[in-house]
Amino acid sequence: MSEPALIPVLSDAEVREIEEECAHLPDRKSAAIDAMMIVQRHRGWVSDESLGAIAHLLGMSVENLDSIATFYNLIFRKPVGRHVVMVCDSVSCYVMGADPLRKQIEAHLGIGMGQTTDDGRFTLLPIVCLGACDKAPTMMIGEELIENVDGEQLDDIFGRFG
Amino acid sequence: MAESQRPLTGIVDDVGGLVDLAAYEAHEGYAGAREALTGMTPAEVIALVKDANLRGRGGAGFPTGLKWSFVPQGEASDDGLKYLVCNGDEMEPGTFKDRYLLEYNPHLLVEGMIIGAYAIGAAQGYVFLRGEYHEPYRQLQTAIDDAKAKGYLGQNIFGSGFNFDLRIHRSAGRYICGEETALLNALEGKRAQPRTKPPFPPASGAWGRPTIVNNVETFCNVPCILRNGVEWYQELGNGEDAGTKLYGVSGRVNNPGLWELPIGTPIREIIDVHAGGMQDGYKLRGLLPGGASTDFLVEKHFDLAMDYGTIQAAGSRMGTGTMILMDDSICPVDMCRNLEHFFAQESCGFCTPCREGLPWVERLLTDIEEGRGKPGDLELLDRNAQFIGGVTNTFCLHAPGAIEPLASALKYFREDFEEHIRTGVCPYANNR
Ligand SMILES: Cc1cc2nc3c(=O)[nH]c(=O)nc-3n(C[C@H](O)[C@H](O)[C@H](O)COP(=O)(O)O)c2cc1C
Ligand code: SF4
Ligand code: FES
Repeated sequence: MSEPALIPVLSDAEVREIEEECAHLPDRKSAAIDAMMIVQRHRGWVSDESLGAIAHLLGMSVENLDSIATFYNLIFRKPVGRHVVMVCDSVSCYVMGADPLRKQIEAHLGIGMGQTTDDGRFTLLPIVCLGACDKAPTMMIGEELIENVDGEQLDDIFGRFG
Repeated sequence: MAESQRPLTGIVDDVGGLVDLAAYEAHEGYAGAREALTGMTPAEVIALVKDANLRGRGGAGFPTGLKWSFVPQGEASDDGLKYLVCNGDEMEPGTFKDRYLLEYNPHLLVEGMIIGAYAIGAAQGYVFLRGEYHEPYRQLQTAIDDAKAKGYLGQNIFGSGFNFDLRIHRSAGRYICGEETALLNALEGKRAQPRTKPPFPPASGAWGRPTIVNNVETFCNVPCILRNGVEWYQELGNGEDAGTKLYGVSGRVNNPGLWELPIGTPIREIIDVHAGGMQDGYKLRGLLPGGASTDFLVEKHFDLAMDYGTIQAAGSRMGTGTMILMDDSICPVDMCRNLEHFFAQESCGFCTPCREGLPWVERLLTDIEEGRGKPGDLELLDRNAQFIGGVTNTFCLHAPGAIEPLASALKYFREDFEEHIRTGVCPYANNR
């Protein structure tokens, strides 16, 4: 791993947002998750270099920070596509046909769960209940919740995300 | 007076969507907080919430006023710090009630937390919000900013001398964060492993300071108790519980959705009247009354009232009050496989019965579902359900919750499990 202190890995905006979190917490380490989520919002994922820089900024070891990163499913330690597609596989969506829908989505995008399309547009992941069970089946593309997903409308749905 | 019968959501219908600060204040908004901070002592607020018989809406139904009273009054710790935390993790499969409140009536939560903070003497509050809740985050952050601009958050609120700041922590995922001590670890920036109890959070919680954790819907009940009083609040409920409850129905009904109803409304009324009954061609076989971690209820239970005591006496839990229906096209074995897949995946990994046992249960269910079941498998499942589900065998209630739907399915739908093993095929396979 490169020496984080020597290269300005994090942007001024990222450092400013992280410092803002630190200012409202009793100690800097408490901002670990916030800091990784901030960097991920800027860059899409948390690389080894980003991780090292965050650890340095918060005064904690890289190993400790990585053990936190890998606990949480919404922190990506590998690059992802421009849009992360998360398909709900929990019970209400299951009852309303999530399993066959998943197969349709995989066929439509030509990838399986955990993979990214060759053009780097979409990364496909399973997700637990998105809190919209009365409008099952559901998925989330980027920050947009999509309800009552119709397997026949996938062209239209994915077409909106360039 | 629809609104007064539905103090949490009636205003959303009146306003026709998101309730912003102006609309909220036009409907008595922040009157409860003003009353508490300028006219009552903290002890009086706690006594009022106790008398109202408000019980936690996060799943366990713990009396809210009693919980608040466990926080030491006055300068508790050396530095006098205490924390108030809202559990907005809402990751229990089948549950979609807190998202509605956060998205449409966020000032209600802010007001409830101001009152709670005053009652326990906390100067800092956090809303722990699940990471996928982007729209709820935007609405709640706007509400907090607007409240701050008006002086309802910050220094010397309502001229009372009381200070309270409120911030949102956006979670990075994992169901176990909803368990309140795991939540506190996540709030502190750590891995979300549950903590040893005791000490319980009211004695030692966030950063080792006295802390109260309550669900979104719980806090949302508080302002109306302040505004309208204990007697009014108790009359809202049917039976022995007080207030209203957000009930939800998902599955093959004509009108799936969410309704604020008197707590204790019968199950059948919720399904037939509000959810519009089952869709043509589907028959209701069973339901999970309050999320994925509650025991199945079946036909003989459908006339029961949805309240804490009644559902518990029937062998289940009201949980989150959002029910998941299993119709007759759904294979009970496969539905259990889906549920146990969730719980196995979401185990924090700390203790063995949960970390090793739940994946093992999932594999056995997959084998039975896919025609590889063997005689004796059901007895094995029974024994392991009993072991993993024993509340003293694991470090937190994740594993016992995981076993509730399975153990009850093995009881009520046993012939389905047996048929899979006997014939080596899933009789529902053509439905998928
Ligand atoms: C595995 C697990 C997950 C939980 N998830 C949530 C949750 O998402 N939201 C919630 O309010 N309570 C959840 N709880 C319950 C909390 O631990 C806690 O009891 C609750 O937030 C207290 O709030 P209340 O008294 O207002 O109900 C969960 C409990 C367990 C064991
Ligand atoms: S029961 Fe499961 S979730 Fe709870 S502490 Fe043990 S391993 Fe973690
Ligand atoms: S189960 Fe899919 S949104 Fe709740």
